[in-house]
Amino acid sequence: MRELLEGYARHHGRIMIALLTVWALVSYGAALVSPTLNQVKFLGFPLGYYMAAQGSVATFIILLFINARQMDKLDEEYTRRLNRDRQVS
Amino acid sequence: MSQTVISLGLVFATFALYIFIALRTRAKNTGEFYVSGRTISAPVNGMAVAADWMSAASFTGMAGSVMLGGYDGLAYIMGWTGGYVLLALFLAPQLRKFGRFTVPEFIGDRYESHGARLLAILATVVVSFTYVLGQMKGSGIVMAQIFNVDYRIGIFIAIALIILYATLGGMKGITWAQVAQYWVLIIAYLIPVTVMSLQYFGIPLPWLTYGSALDKMAAMEPQLGIFKPYTQPFTTTNIVDFLALTLVLMVGTAGLPHVIVRFYTVPTMKAARWSAAWALLFIGMLYLSAPAYAAFVRYALMNQVVGQPINALPEWTAQWTKIGLLSIKDANADGILQWAEMTVGADMVVLAGPQIAGLGSFVIGLVAAGAVAAALSTAGGLLMAISSAFSHDLYVSFINPNADENKKLAVGRWAIAITTLIAGVISINPPGVIVQMVAWAFSLAAGSFFPVLVLGAWWPKATRKGAVAGMIVGLSVTIAYIIMAKWGGVKLFGIGDRAAGIFGMPLNFLVTYLVSLYADKPSEQMQQSVSDLRYPEELTMLPAGGDD
Repeated sequence: MRELLEGYARHHGRIMIALLTVWALVSYGAALVSPTLNQVKFLGFPLGYYMAAQGSVATFIILLFINARQMDKLDEEYTRRLNRDRQVS
Repeated sequence: MSQTVISLGLVFATFALYIFIALRTRAKNTGEFYVSGRTISAPVNGMAVAADWMSAASFTGMAGSVMLGGYDGLAYIMGWTGGYVLLALFLAPQLRKFGRFTVPEFIGDRYESHGARLLAILATVVVSFTYVLGQMKGSGIVMAQIFNVDYRIGIFIAIALIILYATLGGMKGITWAQVAQYWVLIIAYLIPVTVMSLQYFGIPLPWLTYGSALDKMAAMEPQLGIFKPYTQPFTTTNIVDFLALTLVLMVGTAGLPHVIVRFYTVPTMKAARWSAAWALLFIGMLYLSAPAYAAFVRYALMNQVVGQPINALPEWTAQWTKIGLLSIKDANADGILQWAEMTVGADMVVLAGPQIAGLGSFVIGLVAAGAVAAALSTAGGLLMAISSAFSHDLYVSFINPNADENKKLAVGRWAIAITTLIAGVISINPPGVIVQMVAWAFSLAAGSFFPVLVLGAWWPKATRKGAVAGMIVGLSVTIAYIIMAKWGGVKLFGIGDRAAGIFGMPLNFLVTYLVSLYADKPSEQMQQSVSDLRYPEELTMLPAGGDD
């Protein structure tokens, strides 16, 4: 049981780190280099402005749906393992 | 038909809809009153969160601040959406699993302390009240616009309306009424942006066309004497303040009591994550459109207003001058309006947008109805948080443990009425623009709640003394910095009053952590249930003694 929970925590941690990395890059990362990004045009927008106004927000929305889906999968997977372990014992 | 009649008609029609829905689903017992009987699906809950969330700050104030701040105003866009990532990852599922009615209840039970709970109640009231101030100003302005009166009279109308609305139903009423409100306000926001996009660029897709507006404005700026390009970062503030503000708005989002309470209304952790995702999608529809709204209004001002003879300006200029948000002075006495001769208040941009772009009475009235929906729905949610702090947390726990249901409801309703009155009186001379006052509320939430909530949900060894010390330090440092930066002229690292939480929040984390290391210990049982919080219900709801 302990092993099972530790495995879950590890997987969960990995998902969180991946999501938070993207979250930080599209907001703080892009803001830090925004004067440079603004030299580039994207869909008719200066890219730095675009990231803060649209790119970051759209990414956040996608991240949350990925989070909900990945966590559902993780939960199902570990619930299955738990039930399997129980049947064995 | 006059504008007042059209606007009022739209406000009344939408209002009748909310009240009809609220009455149909009226709260029957106290359990339902607070969390709607925990039977709400994820998309519906997401929509209610969105309506609760999109207040006068998002609807009425934000695009204006984006317009006046250029790139720098986008801190609000990123901050108020990015916070949901923190909320969904760190708090919503865990707090749902812990399963308490309110944030002070979570803090009190998790830290096994009446003192911690009392402090959390105090912080809830401070945060929510600051937030209500922003709603009050937003309501006052829109009432002044609709009735074509002075701002102060607008405030009095707003007070009456908010009290009437908030005391009518509990959260059950508010959940379904808020779904309706969400649609009213998102439609009211999208129609003017879409029409402006069509009018100026021939395509009804504002998210794509406002890039051209930015281009054309950049070309006009030098001729109009604008030397801070609109899309250039850090012209009205510095990079440290910008990043600090963005972070504080995000963290505050995740610590806001009236938002978190929404995640108790779903049945499982899984549903809490999906609710957060849906909420952000619905919220995103407005946040993605706000910079477009800002760009089009600025474009309209540059093309249709600047360069006109001062004595032949459109009617709306007189109205907004009377409300006190617009000032026009012919500084060089040439009889022509120059860009620099016009000072536009941030809080008029959304409401006056359709007037400025000449969009007609129906759209003007629709935006006003949306602004009323935004301010009232959030004021409703906030006043519920304050009301339950008084009736559920304070009154029953500390004053009269034997109070019956009627008595509790009565205390809650009195709390709503008195709070609204006080907020109204303060709002007669508002201490800031809407988004600024609301940003203080986020700073306060970031400084007081976020650290003890996150540590409480993720670190089994966080202790009562740690939480109490952390909240006291976080809250007082944040309040002190707001006052010092706003009225005392102190600015560390160039960080302004809005981002005050950037000092309170890390200090709160640090103090809670250090004190927890050295002072007392949570019960074994509590440590166990906190370690279990991150696991889904299926993995931890084991039959007693049935494992290991």
